[in-house]
Amino acid sequence: MKTQVMSKPAGRGRALRSPGGLSARLDIRAFVVVVLLLLAALVASVVLIGTGDFPIPAADVVRTLLGDGDPSQELIINDLRLPRVLVGLLVGASLGLGGALFQSISRNPLGSPDVLGLSQGATAGALVVIVLFSGDADQVALGALGGGLFTGLAIYLLAWKRGVHGYRLVLVGIGVSAIATAVNGYLITKADIVDAARAVVWMTGSLNGRDWEQVWPLLIMCAILVPTVLANARGLRMMEMGDDVSYALGVRVERVRMLLMVAAVLLTAGATAAAGPVSFVALTAPQLAKRLTRSPGPNLVPSLCMGAALLVVADWASQRAFGADQLPVGVVTGVLGGVYLLWLLVTERKAGRI
Amino acid sequence: MRAAGLLVSVGLLTLVALASIAIGAKELSLAQVWHGLFEETGTYGDVVVGERISRTLLGLLAGAALGLAGAVLQALTRNPLADPGLLGINAGASASVVTAITYFGVTSLTGYVWFAFLGSAAVGALVWFLGGSRGATPVRLALAGTAISAALYGYLQAVMIMDGAALSKMRFWTVGSLASATDETIKQVLPFLVVGTVVALLLARPLNAVAMGDDTARALGADLNRTRALSMAAATVLCGAATAACGPIVFIGLMVPHVVRSFTGPDLRWILPYATVLSPVLLLGADVIGRVVARPAELQVGIVTAILGGPVFIFLVRRRRTAQL
Repeated sequence: MKTQVMSKPAGRGRALRSPGGLSARLDIRAFVVVVLLLLAALVASVVLIGTGDFPIPAADVVRTLLGDGDPSQELIINDLRLPRVLVGLLVGASLGLGGALFQSISRNPLGSPDVLGLSQGATAGALVVIVLFSGDADQVALGALGGGLFTGLAIYLLAWKRGVHGYRLVLVGIGVSAIATAVNGYLITKADIVDAARAVVWMTGSLNGRDWEQVWPLLIMCAILVPTVLANARGLRMMEMGDDVSYALGVRVERVRMLLMVAAVLLTAGATAAAGPVSFVALTAPQLAKRLTRSPGPNLVPSLCMGAALLVVADWASQRAFGADQLPVGVVTGVLGGVYLLWLLVTERKAGRI
Repeated sequence: MRAAGLLVSVGLLTLVALASIAIGAKELSLAQVWHGLFEETGTYGDVVVGERISRTLLGLLAGAALGLAGAVLQALTRNPLADPGLLGINAGASASVVTAITYFGVTSLTGYVWFAFLGSAAVGALVWFLGGSRGATPVRLALAGTAISAALYGYLQAVMIMDGAALSKMRFWTVGSLASATDETIKQVLPFLVVGTVVALLLARPLNAVAMGDDTARALGADLNRTRALSMAAATVLCGAATAACGPIVFIGLMVPHVVRSFTGPDLRWILPYATVLSPVLLLGADVIGRVVARPAELQVGIVTAILGGPVFIFLVRRRRTAQL
């Protein structure tokens, strides 16, 4: 059950051909959307760096980032605010890409990590550390990573039966998700109120107090996984036409799917370990990207950029609306992503595109 | 064959309901249970049995409502993931209850019920409208529900983070429990549940046509818009009332229709009655287990349902070629 915003068959994109017989398709609208989203993410990042108890004008932010600002601002920007923004960008990008992969593999617009149980599994890992061991932030992150990876592996193995079928993957994911949710609910009712409050903040997803220690692992992960995923995007695009067709077209279906699933699990678990299960970015970013590019297929790069832009804008909004570090970013991604998706649905309806 | 299966299911339901009255966190002898049921004089045992009867009744009603609503929603949205949570109904109820606790100072469960019901009904109507009302397609309905849930959960979490009192209440409400059942609660939700159940069961035929795709359904003479509006209304009323009475119990509406479909096939005229009978079996069975395993405390039914139901569900998904919608 795959939604596809159908494109007009002719006049979309442009094929670039080389004399040697190589060709690539350039979708101009998608390209423009990607550029605009990157710009939006960049502008929002600069504004976000300038926002806080000690406001810094955007011009100063840019000058400091380029390497010649005054020392006091350099300290605030380079040591405190830049790493937080980078974590936001990387987490958003990972969640957007991971969500697009899962939605495409499961062939269901709702098949995001939130629905398939990865987020709940990671949360269970973190809650065990918080509630049972009262662990510190690093241990909680490790717990979340472990929980997410374990859940991903469990879903894949349980859904495996001479290949992983999209529908079975989703259903198994739901089962695993329900079990993990129940465990989380149980842990929260058993916790004392202080641990419960801490758990709720973690479960909402937050960027408060993130520093360079979180940036490097995320950056390395993205540097390896994003190119790997994009190199296999062609196969994924064909797989949306069905396993048999893509097999006939020369895609090694099961291999590509396993590789991409592993990548998606790693991206989601890594992002969750760094910032908590920031809600709905993985679910909404690909849907928003798809509606902006109006292009069928997995829309991997637009989803990635959309995720990054969405998370940074949401973090800025939460700081502006509620004051610095009052409410975690996950509160706002839900509201922002939800309202934006509604707005797109309404305008789509008015324009007669369904 | 399927009729006999339905009879067996009703028998199973009766057994589970009796077990739910006889077994509990307090150990009573069978004689005491008998006394409480038929020769009530107001002894301690009688009071316990009376409470268990309310609880069992609520379990029966809520279980049937959730399973039926789940089956209707899955047929309506043609999405195997559809459940009350998907259309924003749980989010509406939760947001409304947290508002009642934080801003209106409501503390009693009978007070929550109306808030929860109003919240879920309002969100159901909003999803219907934003999903395109007359031109609603399954995917648009699901996306609209998800989007509204996203926004409402954001609000819910914000309130819980800022208000410790709301957190301490909500963390128990959101796992879903039958423990707080009273005759008062049951009376409040009963009319809605009965009307919703009757309407939903009558929708089996038109929904069968809808399942074949819009064009085929139209060609068969089904009134698509009316069927969609009625199913949405019935599902909202059913889940709204059930959620209001026992908190969001998510797994039943999702799982039971899948299990049922694996032995009835895709015909909703069988799926709906089976779901109505088997969902309370699961809910009451889970509730009985939850009362026994953690004596003298209790494990909330929402938790037990998922921990027991999850593996069974995965096993069924693996073993059979689950009938597609």
